[in-house]
This record gives sequence, structure tokens and C-alpha cells, in this order.
Amino acid sequence: MIRIESVTKRYPDGTVAVDDLTLDIPDGSITVLVGPSGCGKTTTLRMINRMIEPSGGRILLDGQDIAQQPVTALRRSMGYVIQNAGLFQHRTIVDNIATVPRMLGWDRSRARERARELMERVGLDAALAKRYPYQLSGGQQQRVGVARALAADPPVLLMDEPFSAVDPIVRKGLQAELLRIQAELGKTIVFVTHDIDEAIKLGNMIAVMRTGGHLAQFAPPDELLSSPADAFVEDFLGTDRGIRRLSFFTSAGLDVTTTPIVTVDADAAQIAERTLPELPYLLVTDAEGKPLGWAKAEELAAQAADSTGEQPADSTGEQAPDSADGQAPDSADAQAAGSTDAQAADSADAPAAESAERTAAERSPAPAAAAPLLPHGRPFVFGRESLRDALDCAVLSPTGWAVAVDGTGKAVGVTSQETIATAIRGAHARRAAKPDSPDGDAGEPVKALR
Amino acid sequence: MNQYFDIPSDLQHSYLGLIGLHLQEALLPVLFGLLIALPIALVCARFNWFYAPVLWVTTVLYAIPSLAFFVVLIDYTGATETTVMIPLTVYSLVLLVPAIVEGTRAVSPDTVAAATAMGFGSFRRFVQVELPIAVPAIMAGLRLAAVSSISLVSVGAIIGNQGALGNLLHDGMIYHRDPLIVTSVVTTAVLAIAVDGLLVLAQVLLTPWQPHGRAAARRARTGPGDDIGPGTDPAGDNVTGKDLTGTDVTGKDAAPQDAAALGEAAR
Repeated sequence: MIRIESVTKRYPDGTVAVDDLTLDIPDGSITVLVGPSGCGKTTTLRMINRMIEPSGGRILLDGQDIAQQPVTALRRSMGYVIQNAGLFQHRTIVDNIATVPRMLGWDRSRARERARELMERVGLDAALAKRYPYQLSGGQQQRVGVARALAADPPVLLMDEPFSAVDPIVRKGLQAELLRIQAELGKTIVFVTHDIDEAIKLGNMIAVMRTGGHLAQFAPPDELLSSPADAFVEDFLGTDRGIRRLSFFTSAGLDVTTTPIVTVDADAAQIAERTLPELPYLLVTDAEGKPLGWAKAEELAAQAADSTGEQPADSTGEQAPDSADGQAPDSADAQAAGSTDAQAADSADAPAAESAERTAAERSPAPAAAAPLLPHGRPFVFGRESLRDALDCAVLSPTGWAVAVDGTGKAVGVTSQETIATAIRGAHARRAAKPDSPDGDAGEPVKALR
Repeated sequence: MNQYFDIPSDLQHSYLGLIGLHLQEALLPVLFGLLIALPIALVCARFNWFYAPVLWVTTVLYAIPSLAFFVVLIDYTGATETTVMIPLTVYSLVLLVPAIVEGTRAVSPDTVAAATAMGFGSFRRFVQVELPIAVPAIMAGLRLAAVSSISLVSVGAIIGNQGALGNLLHDGMIYHRDPLIVTSVVTTAVLAIAVDGLLVLAQVLLTPWQPHGRAAARRARTGPGDDIGPGTDPAGDNVTGKDLTGTDVTGKDAAPQDAAALGEAAR
């Protein structure tokens, strides 16, 4: 536990960078210091490893005042990652990572072995070991920076805007990587950023600071979003707070139904039986259960009837339900052929594809008569992803219904915007009932995946 | 041909002997200058306020003509090589102290902060981080010091037989033997160019971590690439697959970027 006690940093010219800051940084989790520039967040971070000495107050590390500890030993017990990585350009990647172990007196081969192990941990190929920093991309350099900070296995990791200088796509990858590494190592991480979205994505606890070094609010991200302490915090959080907060609610308890799901080889009877009164569409899946797209129920039924009606001379459209069982295999073939077209159309402009296929269906019977499929969009992983993902899927879906899949991509159900809204109200109610305990199902696993 | 290399006996050296003496009188002062400049630069790096007076003093020393130095020194060190080498050492200092100080100051603040945060003390950081990274700047100062020292040694002829190739020039003039003048001037120039070339080679060997060559120049213009391909891959398995295939030592900075760009286009 790092305890910051009434710490003030006042410079000789009278500028106050940090003003009477008190903060308890919990062990084994990520605490983010966030705020606009000039709010003293970097100063605070640098006071933790004594790169800046406070002018008042004290900082305790596991109960010990850090001012009493030898400064080099203190620093070597804390990993430090900065913007642009700050690598030693005159040393190879492996020697960069091995720096602190070498200073701690490890012999060269052990330090290098440790460095190679860390390269693997942060997702760097061992073949980069003998390269120099200038030969690496910004994202790769930042990974080396993280590996170097972890080299001596320090219990504390200080990160000063480590991902600010890389482009958004690389940043997203590095953030995911940090969460993965943190899930494995459980370090006490103090992370400075000016990006509130990064703070919400990474932090277990977030300290919002305002200009002049005042603490505006210290809370878990979920609480920050639901009840910002004042107008400054609210303004800093920006819009969409309600939507963003949904990332903290798991989709695990969400009511999904498998009723309007049919496989491509479904017959007319199944289609009729599975059509919900409130949903004129059916989700069509392939034989393995992976979603292909949405189809209009009546068109799908008509098509199933058509393809069965073609085969025996005595069969008519009306009789299709009775004879469907016998014809299923043929129908499946027709559908399978048709579904390839449908999938191709999937990526095209949906209404256009729909009308094109409809006219085709009118002119000629199966197999070209496959019912037009509307794209199902990105499905959400049931139980793993949050209600925010589920809602997003539903909003983007042409039918207004979101598709839930399992880890392997098989459809496990569909759910409507109304159902999701009900779940959101339920989650809010549960959270309000016990505000202290983040509801068990929505805690870490959701965070790790965002 | 002999008229060029028939060295007058009053010089007491063969042609090669003159070259050896010339190099010794020119380069030993540069070496001493470097050895003295390093601790001075360390102090300047530690205490910023110290640099301004140091720069002021060395610049004033540089303004003293070598003749004036000789007049003062000859009472103490006589008409010897030492008398020639002391002013040359001082002149080297003037070039080397700023080169080292400015070179170490130019090390990126990120790198310095990272070193400090890893528990480097200021001395250790200077020696192990700032100095090695400043090598290109220091080498630039060293080349200048070496070349100017080689040309300045000739002035030693003023105090007797201490000017090496400068004395050859002097003899050429008093004996009206123009070929000797040509020999002296050309040899001095060739020595300067050769020493400079060796220093450039030494720099390349000392800084394998620096981009060299055309690909490097292109990279320096465009800045280090944030090749998106490897970075986005959380598992990192393709971080290097692309980077390393078929790249050799010379092509290693150009190829990875292109490969990564291709990888990005493909996905």
C-alpha cells in the first residue's frame, strides 16, 4: 500500500504543483491519476520514487516513510515507464531490459535470461533481442519500456503517460496487453494519463485531479461515471457517461432467447413455429450454429415451401409443411448454395441486396431463391462482454435485436433493445442496493476484456 | 623525386621520423585535452552554473596566440616538445569541453528520467548513459581538435626544432628549396585527412546503435515508424515474423517497415 499523506509540492517561485494531496493507493491494482495538464499528476507520480521531493507531507510505502529509505534502492524497487519509452539507444534491447537486474548485481547471463523471459511476456519476439531501439517501432519500444520496468520484478510500477505517444490502434493493443500482464502479475500500478477514457479502461481506482494539484474525486471508474463529485469531474468525464458506465455491467444475466434462431436447412414448420409475434425476422445460422444473418420470416417460409414444392409432382406450396420432413436434405442443399450468395450480399448495402434478391426469388425458384439475409453485425460474447457491447449490437442491428454468441462464435440467443434496457435498470438497482461491492459478476472479468 | 624527400640534416629526423614527431606533438595534446575535459564536463553536467565560467575561461585561453604561450612557457619548459604541446592541449580543451557538455545535455530528457528512475546515481548515469549517447557529438569535437592540432604543430618551428613538418617548411624557405615546402604542406594535409578518416571509422565502430547509411538517413527524415502491424497484435506472435524475414544487417531498418506496411495492407 502506498499512502500519500497531505503531500504538497511548492516550487521556490511559489507555484504549487500539488496541494495537500491525500491518497491511499491499494496494492495489486491499477490506480490512475488523471487530469488536465498542470494538475500535478506527474509531479505526484515522481514524488513516489523521489525524483521530486515533496515540500510538505509524507509518502508511506508499506508503512515506511520513503524519505527515510536510500533513494537508489527505493527506485530500483519500483519499475518506471514513461512516454516515448526513454530507452537507452546505445544498448541492445536485451541489455536495456537487463539494466536494473545488472545494477542489482545479477551476473550477465542470468540478467539476459530474465530479459528474454520478459520479452516473451510483453509480446516481443526473441529475435529482436540483439537489435537497437532505433530499429523498433514506437509500439515495440513501449513494450520494451514495460519489460525493462518489470525486469527486477518490482512490486510497484509507475507509469507516466506511457501510451500517449503511439497511434490509437497501437495504444489499444498496448492497453489490452497491460491488462493481460496485470492479470498475471498483480502489481501495484500507479498510472498517469490525461485521457479519461484510458483511465476508465485501465483503472481499478481513478483519482481525478484538477489544476493546482487538488484531488477532485477518488473512486472506482464505475462510481465516477455514475456519480461525479462536482461539475469539474462531470465536465472532464464528457458525454455518454451512462452508456460508458454500462461497460461495468456484465451481460451474463441478460435474458436471451433461442426461439427465433433457425439453421439454414430449417423447414417451413420450424420457421413457423420459431417466429416470434414481436419479431418478424429469424436469425439464420449455419449447420454449426454460427450466425449468418437475419431473414424475413415470411420470405424464409415461402422459400422453404418453394424448395420443397419443387421436388415431388404432387406437392404444393400448401402441403409443404407435411412433406417437409422428407424433403429436408434437398432443401438443405439448396439453402447451402443460396447462403453463399447471401453471405456475399451480407457485406453489400443491405436494402439493395434485399430487393435484388427478392426479385430474383420471384423470378426463379430455388436454389437462387434463397431468402435475402440482412447482416447481423458484430455479435457480443455472452457473459464475457458487457451490457454496453450488447446494447451496441442491438442498436446497430437492422432488426433492433442483438445476437449473443459463445466463445467459439456459435449463436446462443438473441435479445431485444427492450430486454437489454430492462437488464440495465436491474443492474442499476442492484448496484444502488449495495454500492460498496461492485457486483460480483461484473467485476474483473469484464474489465479484463474491455 | 629526391628533391622532395631529401631532408636537410639540421632537422635531425628522416621523413618518416618527422611524420611520427608531428603526429605525436599534435595528437598527444588532443588526448590530454580529452582526459582533462571529461571531468570538467562531468562537473558542468552536475552543476549547471559551472559551465558558463568554464566556457568563458577556455574561450579567453583560445584567444591567446601560441606565440604568447611560448614566450611565457619557454622560461619553465625550455625549447622542448612540451612547450609546443601545452598550448595545443589548452586549445583542444576549448573545443572538447563544449562538445562533451552540449552532447550530454542533448541526451533526451526521457532517457535521463528513465535512468534516474531506475536508480542510476548522477556519476553512473553520466558515465554509462549520457557519455555513450553523446559519442557522436564528442567525436565531432575530437575531429575538429585533431585536425586543427595537426595544422598548429608547425608553429613549433618558431622556438627551434620543435615544429616537425613545420621545420621542414621553414627549411624549405630559408634554403630556397621549394619542393620541401610542397612536401611539408601536402604531408600535413594528408595527415589531417587520414586522422580525420580514422576518427570517423572509430565513431562508426563505437556507435553500432546509430543508424548509418542511406536507409538510415531516410528513416531519420521520417522519424521512427510506428508500424501498426506488430503493435496491434496483442499476442505479439507476428511482431517479428514480418520484421525479420530476409533482412540483413544493411537492410534492417528499411525492410521491417515495408514488411509491416505490407502486413497492414493485407489485413
